[in-house]
Amino acid sequence: MNIEELREHLCERYPLLCPLFSTEYGDGVLTVDFDIVHDAAADLKTLGFDRLGMVTAVDRGEFFEMVYRLTSREIRAGLFLKCALPRSAPKVASMFDLWPAADWQEREVFDMFGIEFEGHPDLRRILMPDDWDGYPLRKDYKDDRVVKRPDYI
Amino acid sequence: MALVDRLGKALTSAPLLLTSVDALADWSRGQSLWAMPMGTACCAMELIAASFSKFDFDRLGTFPRPDPRHTDVMIVAGTITRKMAPAVKRLYEQMPDPKYVVAMGNCAVSGGIFFYDTYSVVRGVDEFLPVDVYIAGCPPRPESLQDGVLRLRELVHTRSIAEGRSYDRELLLPRPGDERAGTTDTAARRSIPVVPTEDGDA
Repeated sequence: MNIEELREHLCERYPLLCPLFSTEYGDGVLTVDFDIVHDAAADLKTLGFDRLGMVTAVDRGEFFEMVYRLTSREIRAGLFLKCALPRSAPKVASMFDLWPAADWQEREVFDMFGIEFEGHPDLRRILMPDDWDGYPLRKDYKDDRVVKRPDYI
Repeated sequence: MALVDRLGKALTSAPLLLTSVDALADWSRGQSLWAMPMGTACCAMELIAASFSKFDFDRLGTFPRPDPRHTDVMIVAGTITRKMAPAVKRLYEQMPDPKYVVAMGNCAVSGGIFFYDTYSVVRGVDEFLPVDVYIAGCPPRPESLQDGVLRLRELVHTRSIAEGRSYDRELLLPRPGDERAGTTDTAARRSIPVVPTEDGDA
């Protein structure tokens, strides 16, 4: 199923999601508000998106962008589900109850970006030591032990 | 060590015998350095290759033994992250004395390609372990590793385990922090140290 067919399929089955759908990056992207991202994900799951392949986040400066990659075996399509989180209180509902695969992925996002996942069964650091201070992939992360690469290299 | 100490107490007036026993103990310890393969990254592939038939580490008396309680030398092969460092230190502490550490590859020597702009990597295992031999390379060839273990053997031969009774033989091995000699003289080149410099180059 290509992107246009996916758009028709979405609009036909669930018209409310249709205006949020874009093909900006050559792939289907559905951008929703962070307070309805869990509902949208649940709807997409009923549409046949049965696999959560990837959960990650992007630090856009003023806000964090959550990115979920969903794929469907039934309609043979892939889709990015995105939402923006305010930097002051990055908090979003966990996808663990829909796709258990979100467990460690969300722990990694929490570890690297400090985004809290409400409803996650075991939200703690996964890559960094438990007593680590700060969230390394944030753009404003500061660590005195990091050696800056000199200009001449 | 217990034998040497007991002899030392009983025969303090006969240093000749004591020295000979000491020399024998040192020589025999150096001939069979069992290795604890602390392989965490691609250097471990060369470490494994060194043990197998083509390079045959066993002919030098070195045998990989993945149990810290059976080994004499820990070969740290690979990048050590700050999360991994406590585990490496704990394994080192489980090794029986006398014990030695070989830092294999640039990552274990100085952090290597992860030296700059990295928050998670230890810049050289000598931050928390007493390293005896540094082997540069990314990764080093198995021959380099075997050369490093042979140099470690020279160190073992010259460093007595009896307290205060170390040999007065000249150390062929450079110590960490020695100045780089930079000479083409073969005899002197054996004492060129392979140490991380101030700015982290190995």
